[in-house]
Amino acid sequence: MSSIGLVWSNLFRKPTRTVLTLLSVLVAFVLFTWLRSVAVAFSTGGFGEAGIDRLIVSPKYSIIDPLPISHLRQIVTVPGVDAVTHADWFGGIYQEPRNFFPKFPVDPDGYFDLYSELVISPEHLEAFRTTRTGAVASAGLAERFGWSVGDRIPIEGDIYPLRDGSRLWEFDLVGIYSGQPDDSDPGVFLFQYDYFDEARQFGHGGIGWFTVRVEDPERAAEIASAIDAMFENSVNATRTATEDEASREFAKQMGDIGLMTTGILGAVFFTILLLTANTMAQGLRERIPELAVLKTFGFTDGSVGMLVLAEAVLLCLVGGVLGIGVAVVLMGLIDAALEQFIGPIGIGWPIVAQGLVLAAVLGVIVGSVPALSARRLAIVDALRER
Amino acid sequence: MFGQLYEITLLSLRNLPSRLGSSSVIVVGIGGVVGVLVAILAMAKGFEASMDRAIAPDRAIVLRGGSTSELSSGMGPQEMGVIAAWSEVTAASGELYVVADVPKRSNQSPANLAIRGVEQSAFDIRPEITIVEGRTFGTGKTEMIAGRGAVAEFEGIDVGSTIKLRNSEWTIVGIFEADGSVYESEVWADLATAQSEFRRGGGVSSMRVRLASPDAASGLSKRIEEDPRLDLTLTSEDEYFRNQSEGMTALIESFGYTVAVIMAIGAIFAALNTMYTAVSTRTVEIATLRALGFGNAPVVISVVIEALLLAVLGGIAGAAVAYFGFNGWTVSTLSEGFSQVAFDFTVTPELLTYGVLWAVGLGLIGGLFPAVRAARLPITTALRGE
Repeated sequence: MSSIGLVWSNLFRKPTRTVLTLLSVLVAFVLFTWLRSVAVAFSTGGFGEAGIDRLIVSPKYSIIDPLPISHLRQIVTVPGVDAVTHADWFGGIYQEPRNFFPKFPVDPDGYFDLYSELVISPEHLEAFRTTRTGAVASAGLAERFGWSVGDRIPIEGDIYPLRDGSRLWEFDLVGIYSGQPDDSDPGVFLFQYDYFDEARQFGHGGIGWFTVRVEDPERAAEIASAIDAMFENSVNATRTATEDEASREFAKQMGDIGLMTTGILGAVFFTILLLTANTMAQGLRERIPELAVLKTFGFTDGSVGMLVLAEAVLLCLVGGVLGIGVAVVLMGLIDAALEQFIGPIGIGWPIVAQGLVLAAVLGVIVGSVPALSARRLAIVDALRER
Repeated sequence: MFGQLYEITLLSLRNLPSRLGSSSVIVVGIGGVVGVLVAILAMAKGFEASMDRAIAPDRAIVLRGGSTSELSSGMGPQEMGVIAAWSEVTAASGELYVVADVPKRSNQSPANLAIRGVEQSAFDIRPEITIVEGRTFGTGKTEMIAGRGAVAEFEGIDVGSTIKLRNSEWTIVGIFEADGSVYESEVWADLATAQSEFRRGGGVSSMRVRLASPDAASGLSKRIEEDPRLDLTLTSEDEYFRNQSEGMTALIESFGYTVAVIMAIGAIFAALNTMYTAVSTRTVEIATLRALGFGNAPVVISVVIEALLLAVLGGIAGAAVAYFGFNGWTVSTLSEGFSQVAFDFTVTPELLTYGVLWAVGLGLIGGLFPAVRAARLPITTALRGE
């Protein structure tokens, strides 16, 4: 019998015990995968991957101060700046407050040029550009609310009333766009800034933030300072950060989600450690005479120890792989529960890799004590126990 | 039968110490579930409490029509005048609400500090506001008083220090408490000074009104809606603050339950494992008892009781860790009003009881199946010790 076969059959000498332990390890890794994914989604503010060549220019003192759109002409002149576009926070309620998703008034061409990871067909972009009340939604949003091109989307403006005092904004859905890679949905509803600015009651000429593309990401910090220096003494001073920094800052405002999930995972893995260590120790106690027999046959101390260690690592790895698998398959459940708060959540490869490493480490920790005692076992003492 | 039950239970509890290692798995496993559940629910409770404590039955808030929070609301002096003149309104306070970027103490990252500009009537309407250190701000001066939570969360908010907001320097002259409510996360300043420093003209964000009686709210709300001069809504504080806490509380609770249920599944597997092992190491003993004429029921019940005792022990330990480790711990997050709200984890007696009830449920499930197996095993097989 090969060593792997030996390890495997040892594991299943008490099937109930092994299966139950396996299931506990599995559950721990389901939790690990989900909690890490949620923590990652939060730490990027739910806005997905940040472009490394993009800067966000926001008002220096407070998010509620608008920046004048006229800043754009000046920002373009800063050396190293390749392109600039703008967006704003519209707020707004679609049907009821729990149907939350971000809605930005944007410049159609500029926005899709800067956010090059967004994919839209030329016809849809053309329709967006030429329809005054036009809007485009991400594929995920369209699916969530059952929208299709041609639909009229009513949105109640809680921040911006229309010029006539009414609050009912109506947009014509003229296109659907998607994100790259395919599993990341941007989840943002976009409509024309020109129409928005003309139709709103107050705040004309103001925007929320500028997005700047730089020619050379290495010079991002220098360009950011140059932009801020330009508006330093204006009443509309700016604060420029890379997109990554900006979304991290926003995520930090939500609170320390990372610390919380780490705390929970700590509690979970402490329990799992105790549980599997206990299972391994029990299994070992029952097999002491067998191990002695193996040694009598000529198995070295080292190989007997390795056999026991391999058993623990195998148990944890199988549990880990199954757990991560179950988490991926059932991801939809978590997504459905949390999407309205933080946008879509994806399980990235880094998390899967971390999980596998963690499973192996867990196995080594759990198996090392029994492995050492198996290694130290003296044949005569062990056989006497029979 | 009760005599038998007593004997068997005593017997199994007496040899519990010899199974200390595996029994501790139940205690720690279930303790972990209860600890995590109670701690997360205490967080939701604490957030809810910070909003609830701001509620007085005879107070209402007036916002611009369609606005769901003070930040997106606004109104002029004429509208305020109309409402203040109504006989059901015994006191009124127009208040400016803005947010500013101020670094947090914990991570130096800028976060939204809520600033409220108020007149003397704001203090008359809210008698719970008490200055606990320093003095109140002077009229017409760039002085501020800070809530206890704002002092704890934000860098540079201390009595005597100055903070720069836009181009003006504000001196913190006092610290106030507000019964642990959300106001403690704000800084307050003189309304007229704030209006000019934040370039708001004579407008305010919202109005607080004290009503002649709590029942007046619904009548007034209707009257405002029907008044063609006013595009405003009046909401009782009860309804307003419940709406403000609803989303966040639901998010934290659903997160807590999801994590706790998954952990509970793992803990049940662990408990089953332990109890199956406990039963199997005592197979001969249990069979002997049954051969001696002890019935099946006492055997089953005694195993369940053992599991329950261990589970409850774990539940109490977990609840205790949650209480001593987290009760009163202050954290902050971004509220619906888009400002930082500091709140304390609140571990209530109900939560502790609830946690222990979970432990009982988990112990019951973990003990029942192994107990039934013990009772079903044919006596002859069991006595052979196989």
